Amino acid sequence: MGASGGKLSRFPHHVWVFLAPATIIYTLFMIYPLLDSIRLSLYTTDGTGAYHFTGLANYITLITDPQWSDAFWNALKNNFIFFCVHMLVQNPIGIMLAALLSLPKLTGRTTYRTLIFMPTMLSVVIIGFIWQLILSPLWGVSESLLTFIGLADWFQPWLGQEGTALLTLSLISVWQFVGIPMMLIYAALLNIPEDLTEGAIIDGANHWEIFWHIKLPLILPTIAMVSILTFVANFNAFDLIYSVKGALAGPDFSTDIMGTLFYRTFFGFQLQLGNPTMGATVATMMFGVILVGVLFYLFVLQRKLRRYAL
Amino acid sequence: MQKRRQAISSTAVHAILFSYMVIALWPIFLTIINSFKSRKAIFRDPLGLPGADSFSLKGFEKVLLRSDFEIYFMNSITVTVATLVLVLLLGAMAAWALSEYRFKGNTWLGIYLAIGIMIPIRLGSVSLLQLIVDLNLANTLTALVLVYIAQSLPLAIFILSEFMQQIPKDLKEAARCDGVSEYTIFFKVILPLTRPAIATVGVFTLVPVWNDLWFPLILAPSKATQTITLGVQQFIGQYVTDWNAVLASLTLAIVPILIIYILLSRHLIRGITAGAVK
Repeated sequence: MGASGGKLSRFPHHVWVFLAPATIIYTLFMIYPLLDSIRLSLYTTDGTGAYHFTGLANYITLITDPQWSDAFWNALKNNFIFFCVHMLVQNPIGIMLAALLSLPKLTGRTTYRTLIFMPTMLSVVIIGFIWQLILSPLWGVSESLLTFIGLADWFQPWLGQEGTALLTLSLISVWQFVGIPMMLIYAALLNIPEDLTEGAIIDGANHWEIFWHIKLPLILPTIAMVSILTFVANFNAFDLIYSVKGALAGPDFSTDIMGTLFYRTFFGFQLQLGNPTMGATVATMMFGVILVGVLFYLFVLQRKLRRYAL
Repeated sequence: MQKRRQAISSTAVHAILFSYMVIALWPIFLTIINSFKSRKAIFRDPLGLPGADSFSLKGFEKVLLRSDFEIYFMNSITVTVATLVLVLLLGAMAAWALSEYRFKGNTWLGIYLAIGIMIPIRLGSVSLLQLIVDLNLANTLTALVLVYIAQSLPLAIFILSEFMQQIPKDLKEAARCDGVSEYTIFFKVILPLTRPAIATVGVFTLVPVWNDLWFPLILAPSKATQTITLGVQQFIGQYVTDWNAVLASLTLAIVPILIIYILLSRHLIRGITAGAVK
């Protein structure tokens, strides 16, 4: 009840004062640029800098003109691989670490949790450079480590080869961000009421069975949330590829994802000039991909899971 | 028998967690120890700690001499602190209005302000750059602060309004009986009570802003306005082959965040854990 005397129809001046600054800055610097970018994707520029309306022509060019479409489909495919590696490696490891951390009577829980989360706090740029040094054949750190465990023959310049660069970069990103699923799932596991598991313990179930049959089904909504967060972050990624491989996302575009394609299209590279309207088109495609993911989560995953959980 | 099996499995749990902890920390540790070594020692014995014969601060000297590291550092601090203060103030005001007063469109405004939690602001960069140029703010720290405020507000408002809903009614009603204005209630009663949530919002705002590469790169890439993340990125691009300098610049960029993290990790973890409950 609005104790401040605010009947539903009235909009007292202090409410206005409290809301205006945040709403104005947010609208001007976030919502307006997003909408205006979508509008710009329907225009084209000529040499004089004038804008002409072209409808969906930019999209048709991006998807079908070989000069653009090769790069676009390649970046989209690579981005899906990038996402799949996160889903298949990062999230299972995160769940496993969370399950171990939430075991009863574990000593050193806070220390493990705090330290494993640490890489997540650092800049992606820093992480990219650190791994570039570690994997560099020049320094030889990884080579000597592999020699130490008897796998010297395995060493390859993983970041430099077309066949392995994308997978290596994905795994670097997994290494950095595994803390996020770990924390969120750990929090969800702590919230499971003890009486749910106590009965199973009395019946002689072990920790593994309790996790698999009781806890895992209960944390499915959290796993879905972690998945959508991963999806949005992955389809918006840029910093790691740009700092390790540059805007050209080499070798031969094998590590190009939507973020680096957007940057190159917008600002240009080598001989090609930057193109703001095509840049806006690539950004709107990214917006579309992210929106589909978010809507799928909100209207399919979340509803379905809510029916089962609790 | 039962006890022994438990002891074995508990050892296994510690072994897994400890190994993963080593995997998580080792690359950072390796970078920091090697930044304190001479070039020879970096290559001869990369895994060894710096000793009397291998200790060297040459890398740090080079970084401080050849780059404007102090300027990058001050720029990052200015941008981060200005963003933090304004996000907390404006976010708390909006969160208070949304959670306390009933007015037409309250729910819709809440949803509108929450869109930014999921949709990355980066996708509007083409128009954003145009807007910043039109406002004559290109290559200024003000541009970065404005964009970062817009980027951080949605999550801040979300967390703060969840928190404000839990403030007991009696406190507000008592103040209102005394005939105090709504502004006084907010600044004297509510804002001090929000302190626990402010630490959480603070970390969630601070870390992405400090670490961001994209907006410094496109909105403020000039020498005078580079932030530390962009500065390090450019410096390393220029001196790739100078391992001392590269390792030293990485260490200089890592250490401030590590200190902040160690100081605030309790709040951050509590924030994540509390947020995930919903």
